[in-house]
Amino acid sequence: MAVSVLTENKEKFEEFKKVIEEYKGKEGPLMPILQKAQEIFGCLSLDVQNYIAEELNIPITDVYGVATFYAQFTLKPKGKYKIGVCLGTACYVKGSQKVLDKLQEILNIKVGDTTDDGKFTLEATRCLGACGLAPVMMINDHVYGRLKPEDVEGIIAKYRDE
Amino acid sequence: MEMVKVTIDGIQVEVPKGSTVLEAARLANIDIPTLCYLKGINEIGACRMCVVEVKGARALQAACVYPVSDGMEIRTNTPAVREARRVNLELILSNHDRSCLTCVRNQNCELQELAQKLGVNKIRFEGERIDYPIDDFSPAIVRDPNKCILCRRCVSVCRNVQGIGVIGVSERGFDTIVSPVFGMSLNDVPCIYCGQCIEACPVGALREKDDTERIWDALNNPDLHVVVQTAPAVRVALGEEFGMEMGTIVKGKMVAALRRLGFDKVFDTDFGADLTIMEEGTELLNRIKNGGKLPLITSCSPGWVKYCEHYFPEFLDNLSTCKSPHQMLGAMIKSYYAEKNGIDPSKIFVVSVMPCTAKKFEVTRPELRATGYPDVDAVLTTRELARMIKQAGIDFVNLPDEEFDPFFGDSTGAGVIFGATGGVMEAALRTVAEIATGKPLDNVEIMEVRGLEGVKEAEISLGDITIKAAVAHGTANAKALLEKVKSGEKEYHFIEIMGCPGGCVNGGGQPIVKAKDRMDVDSRQVRAAAIYREDRNLPLRKSHENPSIKRLYEEYLGHPNSHKAHQLLHTHYVPRKKY
Repeated sequence: MAVSVLTENKEKFEEFKKVIEEYKGKEGPLMPILQKAQEIFGCLSLDVQNYIAEELNIPITDVYGVATFYAQFTLKPKGKYKIGVCLGTACYVKGSQKVLDKLQEILNIKVGDTTDDGKFTLEATRCLGACGLAPVMMINDHVYGRLKPEDVEGIIAKYRDE
Repeated sequence: MEMVKVTIDGIQVEVPKGSTVLEAARLANIDIPTLCYLKGINEIGACRMCVVEVKGARALQAACVYPVSDGMEIRTNTPAVREARRVNLELILSNHDRSCLTCVRNQNCELQELAQKLGVNKIRFEGERIDYPIDDFSPAIVRDPNKCILCRRCVSVCRNVQGIGVIGVSERGFDTIVSPVFGMSLNDVPCIYCGQCIEACPVGALREKDDTERIWDALNNPDLHVVVQTAPAVRVALGEEFGMEMGTIVKGKMVAALRRLGFDKVFDTDFGADLTIMEEGTELLNRIKNGGKLPLITSCSPGWVKYCEHYFPEFLDNLSTCKSPHQMLGAMIKSYYAEKNGIDPSKIFVVSVMPCTAKKFEVTRPELRATGYPDVDAVLTTRELARMIKQAGIDFVNLPDEEFDPFFGDSTGAGVIFGATGGVMEAALRTVAEIATGKPLDNVEIMEVRGLEGVKEAEISLGDITIKAAVAHGTANAKALLEKVKSGEKEYHFIEIMGCPGGCVNGGGQPIVKAKDRMDVDSRQVRAAAIYREDRNLPLRKSHENPSIKRLYEEYLGHPNSHKAHQLLHTHYVPRKKY
């Protein structure tokens, strides 16, 4: 089995072991352990979840059920560029869904997924507080406003080439 | 017992305190529909099919989990109740693969039955439909999430009854799915293929890998000599598939049906069981005498064996090296029988009819090919055999009784009781006691190892040694027992473990007992009672008294655990990863 994430970085693994020791035996240990695991490893991969299940002596399906229930957890590492398309009311009315659809099409991934090259993660977000610029998307910390679906290709190309 | 009075639809009943509304209603002869409820296994009030009005309660309540209290007034047939149940059902149906006509559970589906009962005669809600790939990569179990109604009965039985938890609920809202983690196949996770999930499934979302077409092809192939053998638990359950009462012994009709299907020989896995006792009993005495690895643990149940390989590899040396009975018989058919009858073993096709889905995996093991060919070529579950009998137009209920073919059809009561938890232990002790002491047993019925307690213990005195024995059924019970052996808290010479709760009579390949019927009868008990009745009916009840077994050793194998016996009848195990 791929123990890679756990063994490839000894320091991270040692840190995580301490987290498990801290919460083991306490009531409701799974949520805080998952949060810390994501903080340390960046995502909740199979080997991380399997390790948690073994340590807490619970079926891995219990761990996975929680990890997939909450939007705060991610199973795959996030891409280098995190694209967040606002689906808040103002942006939605101004056609942000079409922008999102276009992004799914050109990146060939679904919302929540990351491209195979690890470059882009596509997410739908709530109101970003830039309603005046609707529809809006963010790529990492950069805001793009007054978008039209046809603008998207060019913007993505810029990041692709970097 | 403290009793409380409740009124249900105007009928007053007195029920034990702590009962649920569902239980109370049954006492008043009122039928409340259920779907996610499975007595003792899944009581979570999730599907809202059993909602009722409780006077004073804010909303409709789920009868399967709502406890009664004194003076409670319940109404089960009001417009609000009927409407709620119906809409809930219609919403489930709106995202269900409704290919009922071609579904393996057609006419044996709890969802279908409810739709009819609640009068749903058109689909009002047509919306988005989930479309998942079908997981049919394993040799034993097929998972079809498009038919899943998320009742969680399979999840509960896998996680809580079997202590495994390879399937669980993940994602949320419309995307909620019951599956292994990370969308993996059952083939890639430590599933033991016990099939208890199939027994729990109300619909066709979980089913066995159907091998009936392969068997029809073999039967239609003039070049093949097609031989069938049947496990002890099949004969006490097959009748249920034809509307016969649970616990009816249909051995004779089953043999007759198999002949009519066209099998060239109809043999009895009970012979293999007798042979197993000879080998395993000898192995036990040798290990005790020569300081071998103890406790010796039985290896008949392929679900248990795979469980041991995944979850307790440190006990692999404790597992008996004996193949399971049908594999032993398969090996004998392709060696002794083939030689004696001048048939090329490559032209023999051995089919095992088993109460078991894990056997479908077992026959694919590369180590179980004693003659260079698979010991057994294909496995049919009890349900699949019933399907073939129906396809062939055989009037099963009115068949005459017929006998197994001689020699490999000869068996004893010891072979029969392999079908129930404790049976292998009891059969082994019947023989071991006589071999060790040289004296016949006063009473062959060893009651301590019978029954449905999770872990049973017995001490049997064999002259100068006392054998300490334990029996566990269902892998959660096995786990608890093995933990105690591991920690040194308990010490035994001999342990029997069967993967399914109740043993093979309740195996994952047996006729499915609906949730509603499970409220009244325990199939583990009723079918096991039939097994013990059959044992009592037989003239010979000890494996070593089987005359054909004696002849097989004289003519072919030499003696138990001989070199030849080891080559043909014994095997080895491999540790397996979890994830």
